[in-house]
Amino acid sequence: MSGSAGPLPGGVTAEQPVVNNNRPNVIKRVLQGDLPSVRVLAVLALIWIIFYSQNDRFLSATNLTNLLLQITAVGLISVGVVYVLLLGEVDLSVGAVSGLAAAVMAVLNVKHGVNPYLAIAAGILTGTVIGIFQGGLAVYFSIPPFVITLAGLLAWQGALLAVLGNEGTVNIDNDVITGLANTFFSATVGWVIAVVIVGAYAGIAMWGYRQRVAAQLHDQRLQPVILRIAILAVITFGAMIILNNDRGLPLGVLILLGFVVGMEFLLVRTAFGRKVYAIGGNIEAARRAGINTHIVRTAVFAIASSMAAIGGIMGASRLFAVNQSSGGSDLLLLAIAGPVIAGTSLYGGRGTVWSALLGALVIGSISNGMDLLAYESSVKYMVTGAVLLIAVIIDAVARRQRQVQGRV
Amino acid sequence: MEGSTAEQPLFALRGAMKRFGAVQALRGLDFEVREGEVLALVGDNGAGKSTLVKAIAGIYQPDEGDYYWKGQKVSITGPQDATALGIATVYQDLALCDNLDVVSNLFLGSERFSGGPQHLLRVLDETAMEHESHQLLDQLAVSIPSVRTEVGTLSGGQRQQVAVARSLLGNPKMVMLDEPTAALGVAQTAQVLQLIKRLKERGLSVIVISHNMADVFEVADRIFVMRLGGENGIYDAKDTDRDEVIAAITGSKIKDAA
Repeated sequence: MSGSAGPLPGGVTAEQPVVNNNRPNVIKRVLQGDLPSVRVLAVLALIWIIFYSQNDRFLSATNLTNLLLQITAVGLISVGVVYVLLLGEVDLSVGAVSGLAAAVMAVLNVKHGVNPYLAIAAGILTGTVIGIFQGGLAVYFSIPPFVITLAGLLAWQGALLAVLGNEGTVNIDNDVITGLANTFFSATVGWVIAVVIVGAYAGIAMWGYRQRVAAQLHDQRLQPVILRIAILAVITFGAMIILNNDRGLPLGVLILLGFVVGMEFLLVRTAFGRKVYAIGGNIEAARRAGINTHIVRTAVFAIASSMAAIGGIMGASRLFAVNQSSGGSDLLLLAIAGPVIAGTSLYGGRGTVWSALLGALVIGSISNGMDLLAYESSVKYMVTGAVLLIAVIIDAVARRQRQVQGRV
Repeated sequence: MEGSTAEQPLFALRGAMKRFGAVQALRGLDFEVREGEVLALVGDNGAGKSTLVKAIAGIYQPDEGDYYWKGQKVSITGPQDATALGIATVYQDLALCDNLDVVSNLFLGSERFSGGPQHLLRVLDETAMEHESHQLLDQLAVSIPSVRTEVGTLSGGQRQQVAVARSLLGNPKMVMLDEPTAALGVAQTAQVLQLIKRLKERGLSVIVISHNMADVFEVADRIFVMRLGGENGIYDAKDTDRDEVIAAITGSKIKDAA
């Protein structure tokens, strides 16, 4: 199998294929509904400026650290939601699954004295099994996942109550489990981690660049590569200065970042991720290309439930407890709203794992800032709802723009 | 141009019968494609063209009929058998993913992977794929803005060309194109017809299904007319004209029983 058959016989003098590397300029693309990450960063900056102008404690090191701690659980759940959204589907059970997984972990560790690492693994495995079950049912019986996961939402909430038993609350006192969300690295360790992150990124980026040059590809500009490294370095080191002004780099944030980077890698750099995008873009084309769409779709639901379980465990660690409302309330809706606000399309095929992080930051900032300004929950919900509504409208308009331009 | 006509055909389907309920879609059809020729498959709607193409592509199994590949009897019981023999099919709806770029679409389902430990994770070798894409598209003189543009942003003609290029990745010997110019404007049609000629120059056999006589006479070496599930004349494009072919399609000229 090689696409590079020999040169054409007979000296074909066809018109020279024109390869044009001029990218349309950034502002134009944002206005056309492309580059959602630039858009959401602008929104985030706007939100921060507004809250900072109302209360300058909003951008204090302590509050920004709190903000990051507040979004880790929902951010982790959103990472899995992104995968489901890329298929053009939705998983309504992630909230309930996160609560159930946390309960399984807590009950095993606290009531049955199971080793904390094993208890955490059992909690995650609970999510994985649920995901395979729900995804398998939806895919093999051709039932809309919307309905299957709606049934799951109810059933797993019931299972949560059953696992928790009569008391309804399990307090977690194990240091390993509570340490997940409540460990802070010292300033020195934090800097070492920051330098390693930036160094690794720079190394990989430069290696990729040299590969492109070696292969004599058309796009050989070095400036964008340098620019990306510089931006990452500024953000990372800036964040480290802020975090070290408070309690230091939280382990939970590092875990969230690790999952975002890892799952983004899986999505963008591996065959599996390419299949997910292909199914979200045109499932018939994916099928004809020989992709086993059943297995890939089932795996995506397994990923979503596993990430939900991980998020639930992180949430339980932060609260030192699992109770009957774990994974309930608005957690599910915020976990789905976040990536959509940050530009992952509800129609499938478009989006990145970073939108999980950015979306959680936007929602978390609104919530955190309104708490700081002592707004009522009623206002908070309505503002978050309005932001989601605007994001969905932008998504729909962007899609229509693409259709006008002949892009579906 | 290569392909001396005396040689045995590259591909043949003989005595093909296919019945869908009360409808006899293929009535003992004999069909041959020679090496390196462009064969136009024409016929009115319902003449059985699609059934024939799907039988060749392995999507339908004919009730009766034998397949031959380079004179050897072979069996095609599924699309993968056809692909393994070296038969590629580009359907009218193209089956491209509009949200992916040209490189990703070309290699969808047959991605190249990085070597070393990364291979376990099936890490994509984007550099190699982009390089191969450039080679392939340059050879076919397909002009697109960049191999990293989303396929959804391309014109209909460019999309058709990408779909054809994609079918060549498996190094097929024979390519079937279903109505490749049906939805295209004049300039884009010309691009696609050029591409068909280049496929022929690469030594490929090409089957083009078309309703457009101008296109047929521009690219085809031979014209195979189907009518009511059977063959109603095979013409050398040099020795016939539009009226004769149209008469065969509509049935105002019926082939001699001999």
